[in-house]
Amino acid sequence: MIRRRLRVTGIVQGVGFRPFTHRLAHALQLSGWVRNDASGVTIEVQGDAPALDAFAARLRTDAPSSAQIDTLEVEPCERLGDGAGFQILDSEAGGTQRATIGPDLCICPACLAELFDPANRRYRYAFINCTDCGPRYTIAARLPYDRANTSMARFAQCPACLAEYRAPGDRRFHAEPNACPSCGPRLGFFRAADDGKALPVSPTVDPVAEALAHLRRGDVVAIKGLGGFHLACDARNASAVEKLRTRKNREEKPLAVMVANLASLSEFAAFGATEAAALNDVARPIVLLPKRGDTDARLPGVAPGLGWLGAMLPYTPLQYLLFHEAAGRPSGTDWLAEPQPLTLVMTSANPHGEPLITDDDEALERLRGIADAWLLHDREILIRCDDSVVRPLAGQATPQFLRRARGYTPRAIPLAAAASRHDVLALGGFFKNTLCLTRGDQAFLSQHIGDLDRVANCRALEAAVDHLTGLLQVKPEALAHDLHPDFFSTRLALQLAERWQVPALGVQHHHAHIAAVLAEHKRDAPVLGLALDGVGFGTDGQPWGGELLRVDGAQFERLGHLRPLPMLGGDRAAREPWRMGAAALALLGRQDEITTRFAKEPGAAAVAQMLRGHAPTTTSMGRWFDAAAGLLGIQPRMSFEGQAAMRLEGLAQAVGPLRLAAPLHRIDTVAGRMQLDLSPALAELSEMADVKQAAALFHAALIYALADWVGAAAESQGIRTVVCAGGCFLNAILALGLRSALQHRGLTMLEAQAAPPGDGGLALGQAWVARRMIEQPGAWKNPGF
Amino acid sequence: LSHGSGGRAMAQLIHDLFVRHFDNDYLRAQNDGACFPLPAGTGRMVMATDSHVVSPLFFPGGDIGCLSVHGTINDVAMAGGKPLYLAAGFILEEGFPLADLQRIVVSMAEAAREADVPIVTGDTKVVEQGKGDGVFITTTGIGVVPDGILLDPRRIQPGDRILVSGYLGDHGVAIMSLRENLSFDTAIKSDTAAIHGLAADMLAAVPGLRALRDPTRGGLAAVLNEFASAAGCGIVIREKAVPVRDEVAAACELLGLDPLYVANEGKLVAVCPAEDAEHLLDVMRSHPQGRDAAIIGEAIVDPNGFVQMETTFGGRRMVDWLTGEQLPRIC
Ligand SMILES: [Fe+3]
Ligand SMILES: [Mg+2]
Ligand SMILES: [Zn+2]
Ligand SMILES: [Zn+2]
Repeated sequence: MIRRRLRVTGIVQGVGFRPFTHRLAHALQLSGWVRNDASGVTIEVQGDAPALDAFAARLRTDAPSSAQIDTLEVEPCERLGDGAGFQILDSEAGGTQRATIGPDLCICPACLAELFDPANRRYRYAFINCTDCGPRYTIAARLPYDRANTSMARFAQCPACLAEYRAPGDRRFHAEPNACPSCGPRLGFFRAADDGKALPVSPTVDPVAEALAHLRRGDVVAIKGLGGFHLACDARNASAVEKLRTRKNREEKPLAVMVANLASLSEFAAFGATEAAALNDVARPIVLLPKRGDTDARLPGVAPGLGWLGAMLPYTPLQYLLFHEAAGRPSGTDWLAEPQPLTLVMTSANPHGEPLITDDDEALERLRGIADAWLLHDREILIRCDDSVVRPLAGQATPQFLRRARGYTPRAIPLAAAASRHDVLALGGFFKNTLCLTRGDQAFLSQHIGDLDRVANCRALEAAVDHLTGLLQVKPEALAHDLHPDFFSTRLALQLAERWQVPALGVQHHHAHIAAVLAEHKRDAPVLGLALDGVGFGTDGQPWGGELLRVDGAQFERLGHLRPLPMLGGDRAAREPWRMGAAALALLGRQDEITTRFAKEPGAAAVAQMLRGHAPTTTSMGRWFDAAAGLLGIQPRMSFEGQAAMRLEGLAQAVGPLRLAAPLHRIDTVAGRMQLDLSPALAELSEMADVKQAAALFHAALIYALADWVGAAAESQGIRTVVCAGGCFLNAILALGLRSALQHRGLTMLEAQAAPPGDGGLALGQAWVARRMIEQPGAWKNPGF
Repeated sequence: LSHGSGGRAMAQLIHDLFVRHFDNDYLRAQNDGACFPLPAGTGRMVMATDSHVVSPLFFPGGDIGCLSVHGTINDVAMAGGKPLYLAAGFILEEGFPLADLQRIVVSMAEAAREADVPIVTGDTKVVEQGKGDGVFITTTGIGVVPDGILLDPRRIQPGDRILVSGYLGDHGVAIMSLRENLSFDTAIKSDTAAIHGLAADMLAAVPGLRALRDPTRGGLAAVLNEFASAAGCGIVIREKAVPVRDEVAAACELLGLDPLYVANEGKLVAVCPAEDAEHLLDVMRSHPQGRDAAIIGEAIVDPNGFVQMETTFGGRRMVDWLTGEQLPRIC
């Protein structure tokens, strides 16, 4: 008989790992103990060698699905007595921090069954959870993940709950947020008075029934979720959706919907097994699904004109209770397999693009005039976390992230083990900001923080730096940032570098986009990088955005770029595609048409005049998309980033793939670089009356052109791998079409998957490049400021 | 204009031009420097200098000549000083039309006379063609600061009010429109003006004024960020309260400029204790150059020193300082 000590790191706390260990030890007739500590879980087991080997092996293979083992170290230790069973010891504080809190999980089937069982003591209790489900990250202030360190600390467990919490065999053994109606958090309900002010509603009313009544009436209801508040309304009610949009400042962004189950979703969207798996995932992301032909008619105003619908399934017991109420409070869970008509718009309550509201008082105050009612509760949200958004990628088992937040953070993205292990903190870009902290061979990408033109988002970024470095106990050796001198993230990076006396490393925007994909695919060899996005600051100070790069670790070479397009009025041009349409006409030598084509634009004559002069230019792919949309007149102005390109994609989707009779592009050598000119495609499209055909043509011409361009570079560079990144790859027609076009040429295309392809993934790439800069000093030049 | 062998004669010609138009005893004395008495009983002196390069040289509402006089007078005034005398240095490019020079000199002379601040000494150099951009003018001003006046942005306290003296963005937009060859229904004119009279009235009424500054290059945003970082507090302004002419706002839209970052040449930004704000506003409004003055915001407690703006749609936008031009950020 021998004894061994096992140290396990990763997501092993709050996921039922200790009860699992207990059961496993019991099954293998081993004695010893298990204990949580700051670095994860430590186990000592005593028994025969084969049983101990089996124990270590099954610890990995049979672990609870929401656990994630990063490392498992085994060492012999001194044998003790004859062993008296297996015990679960209290947590030990201190030590090196290697543990990670798990992400939030949706309610599990066992808890769902209890929730709808009238005989259960937690029947219709909105805070039911167990070690397999419930909140984690958003309620935890610090490690180790113990109740005292969460926002459940103020709720003392009743004897019944405490008994479950202490029984090693119980599903709720050490379920930190464990609660019941007699001891746990409670719901509250507020209704807007005539002046919009929130008034508490008498505790005798049922908050769930009341909220549903409001929703059915066409009201906007603020509902507290896991990582923040949602604004909800009846998605089938056109005037309710319209009201919500008007109150959210006439926002035009597509809204996400929540339905009870997959059966209810078929009405609106087509989906296969991959999509179903993504929807059912315990993280419960919003999944983008291709709409059915009549979806816009069924869900008026929810995502008008776009090809995609964002949908998710309920994840909190409270959300399930709303559907249960709508179904007439059926007993049991059979109703959950049947289509349910209730369809809710669920959009983040983040007025004016500021951080998601998490606090009750803040919700009551700031949603005044927006919400007609509030459904909230007294369990505090400590960490803000937006809903995640994913999209299935054809031919890939795991979907692609468009926004990585609730349900995933703080799960690490594993990096190549052999690569640099320097710990760095990257502060990302300007829009859709996220930050990334590395620890050994793991990259922790923060939840979505937001656009840094908002003061509150800037403060949230600072708070996220403190939270993540504190939680992971990492002291970064360097900071990484964008080259744009006026990003708040750049300034904060320089400030922190100064404060911590570590270097600040500037990483070019598109280099970082490509590197983010290399990081998650654990690739290191030189690759071709095709970065297509809006604008990013180039090493020459110009706005880049359609770049063909050769990326080799800390270095990159700009092999080619799109033909520069005149861009009048800086960021204004990016919001008004008609200006880019005019710019395209100028490029085609057809200035004279500008005033007639854009006769409705009061600024057309002035823009035409300015285009005769010396206008600044950009190589941005996004602006070429805008030019196409502007020429077609489908989206003269945008109310959110990428809107014009999304409309073009939606139109093209209706037509399907086109075959091109002849190429509609030119490749020229300009200053030693390959310049891709798409103006022939725009010339063609400018004469077309059918906008759907024109949109499809533009996509086909673009894919053809890019494949040609990249193919030529692959030939001359002798590189077969093409990494595609940047916000334009959110366009599925482009991503899919290019993948197959490159395959035809024998090239392999790598895409972003674990991190968003747009600026939400930028920090990961910055971190990757910065680590290589530290490894290869002298191989690169920091532009500095 | 030419330089070299014939340069001496030319320099004499220019010198005569100046003497004739600027016309004062100091210049007539023909000395290399001007010797002047100090007003009796004044505590401190203030001196400011500014080099003026502007393209185009002539623009609606003014030209480089009057701009160079106004700019320096305003710099003296923003330090709390009563401007007394000016000096002017010219760098002319060979081949610069004499007629243009004459026009500029006349304009300078008029501006100086109107402001009642004589140009008492000067210098001219002519450089080879291609080594200058037509004409550069450096002006230096000297003035006296009355006792009891202490303008220093480090004195700004949370709660203090921020005021501006009128419509913002006129100068920058007039210049940009001209460069882009744009014309608008309502002509946008530069606001270039000497505002020492307004500043003097304000200081007389509210001697406890914390800070004054003219929002020239970098506009209001640059000034507010300078204030915030000097004072170690935050500033919040309200978009609705910031005076911007409709036509300037429209031109900014077209040009993609943010009026907060556009240069002004005849406006000031003032910070005063909250209790003095209304009185100061009244005083400003009763001066012709402060007719459209407004209280636009206040200093707040914020260790970050952020400058933020409550937008018309709600929410708070960051009003960051910029490294250089307004660079595109949308990705
Ligand atoms: Fe980008
Ligand atoms: Mg000045
Ligand atoms: Zn559960
Ligand atoms: Zn209980």
